[in-house]
Amino acid sequence: MLARDDSAALKRTPLHALHLARGGKMVPFAGYDMPVQYAPGVLKEHLHTRAGAGLFDVSHMGQIELRAKSGKLDDAARALEALVPQDIAALAQGRQRYAQFTNESGGILDDLMVTNLGDRLFLVVNAACKAEDEAHLRAHLSETCEITTLPARALLALQGPKAEAALAKFCADVTRLKFMDVAELGLNGLPCIVSRSGYTGEDGFEISVPADGAEAFAQALLGNPDVLPIGLGARDSLRLEAGLCLYGHDIDTTTTPVEGGLSWSIQKSRRSGGARPGGFLGSDAILAQLDGGTVHTRVGLRPEGRAPVREGAALYDSADATEAIGKVTSGGFGPSLNAPVAMGYLPTAQAARDTLVFAEVRGQRLPLRVASMPFVPNTYKR
Amino acid sequence: MTTLYTSDHEWLKIEGDVATIGITDYAQEQLGDVVFVELPKVGRSVKKAEAAAVVESVKAASDVYAPITGEVLEVNETLGTEPGLVNSDAGGAAWFFKLKIADKSELDGLMDEAAYKAHTA
Repeated sequence: MLARDDSAALKRTPLHALHLARGGKMVPFAGYDMPVQYAPGVLKEHLHTRAGAGLFDVSHMGQIELRAKSGKLDDAARALEALVPQDIAALAQGRQRYAQFTNESGGILDDLMVTNLGDRLFLVVNAACKAEDEAHLRAHLSETCEITTLPARALLALQGPKAEAALAKFCADVTRLKFMDVAELGLNGLPCIVSRSGYTGEDGFEISVPADGAEAFAQALLGNPDVLPIGLGARDSLRLEAGLCLYGHDIDTTTTPVEGGLSWSIQKSRRSGGARPGGFLGSDAILAQLDGGTVHTRVGLRPEGRAPVREGAALYDSADATEAIGKVTSGGFGPSLNAPVAMGYLPTAQAARDTLVFAEVRGQRLPLRVASMPFVPNTYKR
Repeated sequence: MTTLYTSDHEWLKIEGDVATIGITDYAQEQLGDVVFVELPKVGRSVKKAEAAAVVESVKAASDVYAPITGEVLEVNETLGTEPGLVNSDAGGAAWFFKLKIADKSELDGLMDEAAYKAHTA
């Protein structure tokens, strides 16, 4: 168990004191001292988010602004297209898009959200990758773009069916936002960037807020009995049920967006035969996979028993096969399903829905079936 | 009946030459929500300090070690369908398995309640 002394070297978000005051059980995560759960525990926090509204501190994630030196947003968008396979130039003002930074072999350096805020692009990147992401952006885009990190902003996620009503008490305009819409709005007297998104499969919002007002705003949200603080444990089980990738686990530098089942996020314009095909790092490999398929692919897996099958478990095509054909990259218990769920990589030829595979867990071969994702239907407001 | 404890947070209730074994309330609190329990097979012989059962919480899997050497006489099948019992009644209804004690001298190294309380303080 972590000695409390070890936490001294960890960074703290602007909500750190609030987590402690609320009884958060703190753990090191991506260099930060973060709440993994509160008193109700992961199961109840998970189910509360699916039924009410959960407030997550995701301030450890990186927030970055890109401005074109020319003053024209389109120049920043086209510059960023050298680093991601997504169509950024066509991203409308007030809209957000899921993207991946790729490397020269087509592997994923990080996944991120990109927003067009009219005069600038606004990026949200993973905590563990944010320093490398900033360096990557500076290395490739410094000539064309001003790159500004926003360490003085906190990031809150309010997720669940009661998130809209809870947030509308601060600003009725949030009800006009649809999934992946973004607006700059005043909330609790603070200039915020509000996106209708999250990473739980639920309707909800992510709110970028000035750090010095973040605690008061979080307290105000938590004044609503429908809103509970939720830790990283439930965030992980929610995103797993939603079939969403966790960087460093389900996707990394050894997997391409196509292998990771993220082809849906690559617009036609950037593919072979599109208006602006390729031109991003690793595009040769990624376009070839989009055209010709992949050897391995990410799949959803439903263990047939009750035992969770966790990250790292080897997958076999029979109970007595000696050679593994794949492995589990995320796995655990899905509280909404009251059953274990997992995802992992299998040979594309053996990745069809309902295919029976076996995972090795503590020396036993447990049966799982390939399942479509999300495991729990999402409730986005489109 | 005597209750003893291990430094790995198992408890043993000793009745004659049978030990009933579970995990402590302190342990269940550290684990969080228990969602699956894997129990040993009846008739299996376990050695002291050998992994005999597994508790899976939402977060992770943890081994439950045999505190003493012995043969598994009975397991608590209820935990298969109600793993959450470990959280609600760790010291009572959520016992894991019963062992026929092979060597009573192994009990000497275990803690009594006062010593265990000091251990977890």
